[in-house]
This record gives sequence, C-alpha cells and structure tokens, in this order.
Amino acid sequence: MSRIDRIFCAGFGGQGVMSMGQLLAYAAMLEELEVTWCPSYGPEMRGGEANCSVTISDERIGSPLINNDATVGVFMNGAAYNKFKNKVQPGGKIFMNSDLIEDSNPRTDVTYYKIPVNSIATRLGKIQLANMVMLGALNDQAHLVNQDMLLEAFKKVFGAAKEKYIPINKEALAEGAKAAAEMFK
Amino acid sequence: MAKVLLKGNEAVVRAAIEAGCKYFFGYPITPQNEIPEYFSKELPKIGGAFVQGESEVASINMLYGAAAAGARAMTSSSSPGIALMQEGIGYISKAELPAVIVNMMRGGPGLGGIQPSQSDYHMCVKGGANGDYHNIVLAPGNVQELVDMVQEAFDIADQYGMLVIVLADGLIGQMMEPVELRKPKARPIEPKTWALTGPNGGKPHRIYNLKLQAPDLEQDNIDLFKKYEVIEKNETRYEDYMMDDAEFAFASYGTASRVVRTAVDKLRAEGYKIGLIRPQTLWPFPYEAFKRPNIKKYLDVELSMGQMIDDVAIACGDKNMIEFFGHTGGVLITVDEVCDFAKKIMGGAK
Repeated sequence: MSRIDRIFCAGFGGQGVMSMGQLLAYAAMLEELEVTWCPSYGPEMRGGEANCSVTISDERIGSPLINNDATVGVFMNGAAYNKFKNKVQPGGKIFMNSDLIEDSNPRTDVTYYKIPVNSIATRLGKIQLANMVMLGALNDQAHLVNQDMLLEAFKKVFGAAKEKYIPINKEALAEGAKAAAEMFK
Repeated sequence: MAKVLLKGNEAVVRAAIEAGCKYFFGYPITPQNEIPEYFSKELPKIGGAFVQGESEVASINMLYGAAAAGARAMTSSSSPGIALMQEGIGYISKAELPAVIVNMMRGGPGLGGIQPSQSDYHMCVKGGANGDYHNIVLAPGNVQELVDMVQEAFDIADQYGMLVIVLADGLIGQMMEPVELRKPKARPIEPKTWALTGPNGGKPHRIYNLKLQAPDLEQDNIDLFKKYEVIEKNETRYEDYMMDDAEFAFASYGTASRVVRTAVDKLRAEGYKIGLIRPQTLWPFPYEAFKRPNIKKYLDVELSMGQMIDDVAIACGDKNMIEFFGHTGGVLITVDEVCDFAKKIMGGAK
C-alpha cells in the first residue's frame, strides 16, 4: 500500500497556520514526495479563520481536498478545533494547542497530542514561534518528513534574509518534539 | 531543473515569463489576484510592462493592441471578469491575433461567489462573443500541467494566430504543488510580418475587424473554419486513466477530474471496472475519446450544472448513455459522493 498522509491545519489568521502547512509541503517536496497544499480562501483578515490541507504521498495525488478523512488534524485555537475536529478520520491523530483549547467531551476514536505551544513559544522568547513548536511536535509524532528538512524548507520559503532566525526555529521544532514525546512517558 | 513549490497563480506568471510574455494587462478579481500582483513585480525587471486597466474591457482591448503590435502578451481574470471581456475576445478572434487569457473560474452566474467552480465551459468553449469563431481552450488538471499549458499557449497562439484560453479554477489558482519549468516542444512559428510596427518604408500594415461586403465576410469565415479544421486535427488532447478494461467511464476535466481520479482508485479497489477520460483540450474537444464500444455508460462529473456534458453527448451519439453529477456555486464534490453516484449507476456490475 502506498503512503498517503492528509494533514489538516486550522487556527486563526496570524498564528502561522498557512506557513506551517507550507513548510511541511516544501519539506516533503525536497524529499521527492508528491505533495499538495490547499488553502481555504475568502475575505482575508487578521484574526479571521485560516486553514489549509496538505497531502503527502509517494504516488500522484488525485483529490487534494480533505473531507472527513484527515489522517492528522492540527488545531491552534478552540474555534477551529470545535468546527473541524470531525475532519480527522477514526484512528487519526489530533494535535491541539492546549493553551487555547479545552475539550470536556473529546473524541474517543483518535489519539490526542495536547501541546502547550503558546507557553513553550513564550518561554523561548517569541509567541510567534508557536506554530514551529506545533510543527515540531506534529512532525515528530506523525513521522511525516525528516526534521532537518523542515529547516531546509524554511530557507526556501522565507529566503536568505530570514536565515538568522533558523537557530531559534530549530530550537522551537526540538522543543515541540520533546513536549510531544514527554506526553507518552 | 529542480522542482519548486508554487501556487497555481504564481506558476502562471513564472510560466508566462519563461515563454517570453512581456506585457500583462488586467484588472483585479478573486481568486486570481496573485497573477497581476506577481506580474507587476516581475515585468518591469525584464523590460516589459504591467498595466492595471481601469476595467476588464480596457484590459482586453490593451491585449488586442499589444497582440496586433506582435508582442507576446496576456491577461487573466475570473469568471465575471471574463464575461466583461467578451467583446474584445470576439475582436481578437476575428483579427486572428495570437493572445493568451487565463481564467481562474469561480461560482456564477452574475457576480456569483469567489470559490472554485467550472461554470464557464459554455462561455469559453462555445464562445461568449458574437459570430462564428472558436478559441483554443486548454484545461489543466494540476499546477504542473498549468505551467506546461501556459507556456505552450503562447506558442500555439503564435502558430495558428489564435486566442488561447487556459481554463482553470480557483482551486488550481490557490493551491501549491511542486512544479518544474520545462520547455514545450518546438513548433513552427512564422515571423510576425503582419504586425503593426510601422511601415518601415514599405506599405502600411492594417488589421481590420469590420467587413461590410457580405460575401467577403462569409469568405473570411470559411477561411477561419478551414484553419479550425487543422487545429482540430493537430491539437486535440485527452488523458485516459484505467480505461483498458473499463465498462464505465467518467468524463471530467480540471479540478473535478482530480477528485474523480481518486474515486476511480477507490472503486477499482472494490472491483468495479471503471476509468476516467479527461479532456485536456475543451476546444478542440476530444470527440474520438468517447467512441468506445465497451463502455456501457459515461458518467460526467463537473463543478457546474452540466456543461461539458453536451459535448460528451455529441461525442458518444446517445444522450441516454450519459449520467451527470456535480456541484456548483463553489461547493466542491467529494470522493465519497462521486463513488456513491457511480455505484448507483453501475448497480452490482463489477
């Protein structure tokens, strides 16, 4: 059976949801996998709803759309989680920003990864790193791409001017991976 | 060349510039705004020009002028904007000038919505302007094909003196996929000796639209359709998927065909003998692709109320052999819906 990962990322505008998906997509491309990245689009505004769907496969990708068959769901805030948690298929993984999301009635047919990405990012010195912390957690637990490839993708997506931010982003990825791993200790 | 991850709209610009397009005229409209935005940054760097017209009507007539002057030029828009351009499209077609238009379709009719749709098949393939004419219409199914087709569109336009429309939709425009910029096959392209570049000491060049003598105008139309016959013979394209032993065949293009392709995989896994015929050119339409004695039914799937279905019906010669499924207004079809639709038609036939 060929490999196919369908990753649905959602949050509000400004949380880096789209770039999280793009870094993943770019990294997968660098690993010579097939990949698609589809954004939701509409009247854009900061703080508005933002989501994107990333499909990674080793074969040509047909439908790039995710309905209720995401293998992984990534949710950065409560509104996105409540609206889209059922997009993840039974047996899938849900990564949630536990600083902003509480669920008294969680699904029982998926695996939850509750990562306090805002707290971790703040501890690292920049709340803007929250998406990278999440990406580190997600990529480590869902085994999507080589973690170093995400940094290669960072260079391609954000360009030479932003290369000075690579060390701090690398740390954010590592902290995310660590937090996710600790959940299962 | 290494692959790059590009949004469909950005890919259009990269491909057009690679193909030697130096002039872009357009007016903003969602979901294709990255095209004019990116052109506005890139064209001045290569000695070209980006002009935001005061309207779509102005933009298409600027394209008419640039094409008449022999330049490689294009415009882009989305459904309601293309509707506004129809007069200019008719004039360019009558003048037999090479030009390229990209249409990232959205929901209609009227101002409609901004989500992806395939609502403009009739307008672009059957002609939204007056008179007897055709435009060549290319229908990319993914971003790589979009890149390839935009590049080739300029060559096809020059080879035949035709307006070429690349008919994609908001999803292809907005989504990112890895693409490789590669050269299309070389085509026989004549120098533009007719271009309005000044007489240079010789006779002035003229490009006419009006022809008041009826027999002369009829002769023009006859000549135009002789050219169209050559294009139909040379340029018709489609792609088969899982058609070798198929007893049922989907007919679908562009974004809809991607969802259908996944549905074919699912149905095949359950033992159904079903495939997909995906037209890559909508005019000329691949009528020959639908003459298959083993096919019991054609299942036409579009993001419309059913527009390409008319051509599928002409192609297979029996409208009773065709079933339709689609969504409109920006609602997308799902793989499960397409599978359910197909199973209803196929019954237990495996």
